[in-house]
Amino acid sequence: MNDSMDFLLWTRGTAFDVAIAIFIIGLIIRLFEIVSLGRERTLAEPKGSEFLPGVKTILTRTLPDGGTFKRQPLTVIAGYVFHVGLLITLLLFIPHIELFRETFGFGWPGLPNPIVDAAAVLGVVGLLAALWNRLTNPVMKMLSGGEDYLVWVLTFLPLLTGYLAYHRMINPYPLAMGLHLLSIELLLILFPFTKLMHTFTLFLARWYNGAMSGRRGVQS
Amino acid sequence: MVDKKIKTLGDALRRNGVSRRGFLKFCTATASMMALPPAMVPALAASLDKARRPSVIWLSFQECTGCTESLTRSHSPTLENLIFDHISLDYHHTLQAASGHAAEAAREEAMRANEGNYLVVVDGAIPLGNPGYSTIAGFSNLQILEETAAGAAAVIAVGSCAAFGGLPKADPNPTGAVSVRDIVTDKPVVNVSGCPPIPVVITGVLAHFLTFGTLPELDEYGRPKAFFGTSIHDRCYRRPFYDKGLFANTFDDEGARKGWCLYKLGCKGPMTYNACATVKWNEGTSWPVESGHGCLGCSQPDFWDAGGFYNALSIPVGDISRTTSYAAAAGLGVAAVAAGINHKTKVAARKRHDRVTIDDLEKIS
Amino acid sequence: MDARDTIPILIETSAATDGCFQNTRPLLHEIAHALRRLQLEGVATTLDLSAIPFGPGDERQLIDFLGKGEVSAKLEAMGESLIWESRYAGVWIVEHRSTSSERLAFQLEITKLPAILASQPEDIAESLLMLREALESPQADGTLV
Ligand code: SF4
Ligand code: SF4
Repeated sequence: MNDSMDFLLWTRGTAFDVAIAIFIIGLIIRLFEIVSLGRERTLAEPKGSEFLPGVKTILTRTLPDGGTFKRQPLTVIAGYVFHVGLLITLLLFIPHIELFRETFGFGWPGLPNPIVDAAAVLGVVGLLAALWNRLTNPVMKMLSGGEDYLVWVLTFLPLLTGYLAYHRMINPYPLAMGLHLLSIELLLILFPFTKLMHTFTLFLARWYNGAMSGRRGVQS
Repeated sequence: MVDKKIKTLGDALRRNGVSRRGFLKFCTATASMMALPPAMVPALAASLDKARRPSVIWLSFQECTGCTESLTRSHSPTLENLIFDHISLDYHHTLQAASGHAAEAAREEAMRANEGNYLVVVDGAIPLGNPGYSTIAGFSNLQILEETAAGAAAVIAVGSCAAFGGLPKADPNPTGAVSVRDIVTDKPVVNVSGCPPIPVVITGVLAHFLTFGTLPELDEYGRPKAFFGTSIHDRCYRRPFYDKGLFANTFDDEGARKGWCLYKLGCKGPMTYNACATVKWNEGTSWPVESGHGCLGCSQPDFWDAGGFYNALSIPVGDISRTTSYAAAAGLGVAAVAAGINHKTKVAARKRHDRVTIDDLEKIS
Repeated sequence: MDARDTIPILIETSAATDGCFQNTRPLLHEIAHALRRLQLEGVATTLDLSAIPFGPGDERQLIDFLGKGEVSAKLEAMGESLIWESRYAGVWIVEHRSTSSERLAFQLEITKLPAILASQPEDIAESLLMLREALESPQADGTLV
């Protein structure tokens, strides 16, 4: 039988196993590779410490700088709205936490569903605004390539299908839930090989920026 | 048994001294049982009055008799009695006194007399791995089903085994069990799934056939929409707690005592389509979620293989934490190799960039 | 009496869960709408309570809330049926039971008079026949009946 329940069982079974394996293997290879490359020996005498400026930069870069905001307000706002919405939905929705608990052996408290629901809407709106910005702003448009749009789709689909499944707007539910899982599996599989890696590499990059500046005794 | 001369249900009831009020009451109860809107009662009364007796042949294959138990313990006995007195159950493996060849003769007789008009009710899955796995009077289940279904008006697959293969079909399916729909493809098949199915649903479908002479509207799994149209979750009285994010974490914590949602304890209500939340069980006393246990998803295909009963629905079927650690180990292995190669390249590169001394320059020139 | 009552088990429903499932409120709104329709257009409505997802205590809470009005009736036809008007005129509760006292149907009727209470045309016709028959057959002892 080729039906929604089979589909759900497949996305919860084989497909999930394959996707998570590719994700983890890919992720570790890429991170390990970056870290194992190490840094070239610097012969110059350090003019300051590396540690604190490194940590500081990881934190400060989380806030937008005024110049960018003035030039590209929409990029900044849409970016924040979307990221906050996505992270709340991903990390604080109770069914998701149950999955993390099963995987890692521990969980954390979640938020009531209506709040997560609102966050998901923010995420979707943020993503749509970001896409609109990408398509209408000449600079953004010029800078964007195929991969940027692919990554947008990969991020948008889980949010959208999750929202539709939660509100039971696709029937039957096993189909809705299966589509949601499938979209996540696509995301997981392509994650290590696309710009989505920034989720992890951004910390390395910021640290490196901060630490290098600290060593040279300048502000990052 | 029923007087064979009585042709319609209306006749039967009047002969039994049932007044018009009694009949209306019967219709109201039947409409309620069939999950028809109350406004349908007059139409129902008109057709019930003229309803004719269909003959029913009940076949049991690879099953546990739970479905028959469920049906014979079905509540509202007056209703069922009337319907069962009225339909003629010409053959039932488990319930009939006769057995073996005598019973088979009764089945053949019923088939001949009602060619094209009788209903076949099936509980249990059909083993295709080896016909000898399940036989009756020397006939394999497959033979009996094919033969009996050939002259039937419709087939009703009762229980998840008949409807979807059920427990016999659960991984690794040692008998090669299949569902009725996998075999009967040229006749309408109604799936009344559940493990066991809700008894009134079985009678509801029979009543529908009896009243309207047709089968009720079916969903994508061939289940009557009137009962399987909404999910457990959408009719669950604990839904407000799910929506608020209030969950029981164990079976005896404060949340469990306060009757909060059982999602975290593995309730499969969101993916399960059945009528438990409104029809309830045991004469309407209660139903699984009301008594504090999550839904197992028993009316869905392959629910046995849909992951642990006590795992939240969002948890994948496999051993996710094992997959993750194996993948991590594999990743580290490959990464270590990659790092080794990188390291070599780096050392080579560094060699090429070694500091040049005056002596070197002199040597070169 | 219900066979269940003979089982010596006390079913405990914790006070905390009793009727706190808020599933009755929407139903009361529906009743109000139906009553309005009855008042303005004279259209009756029947709500099948067995199709409502009640939690433990919800049903009792609803019935307590509706209360008992001026009329109540008992119908003996294929088992007992209890029919009573609630405190809210026009809102009737109809409970059909089988000969073994098990509930067959449980409905709210928003109407002037539940149809099942009225004498049915078929029964009237039949009783007329019976009455005529009785009148036509002369009594041996000369009394009327
Ligand atoms: S107990 Fe189950 S069916 Fe009820 S709301 Fe929770 S998840 Fe849904
Ligand atoms: S609550 Fe779920 S598992 Fe239990 S009988 Fe109903 S459908 Fe089956």
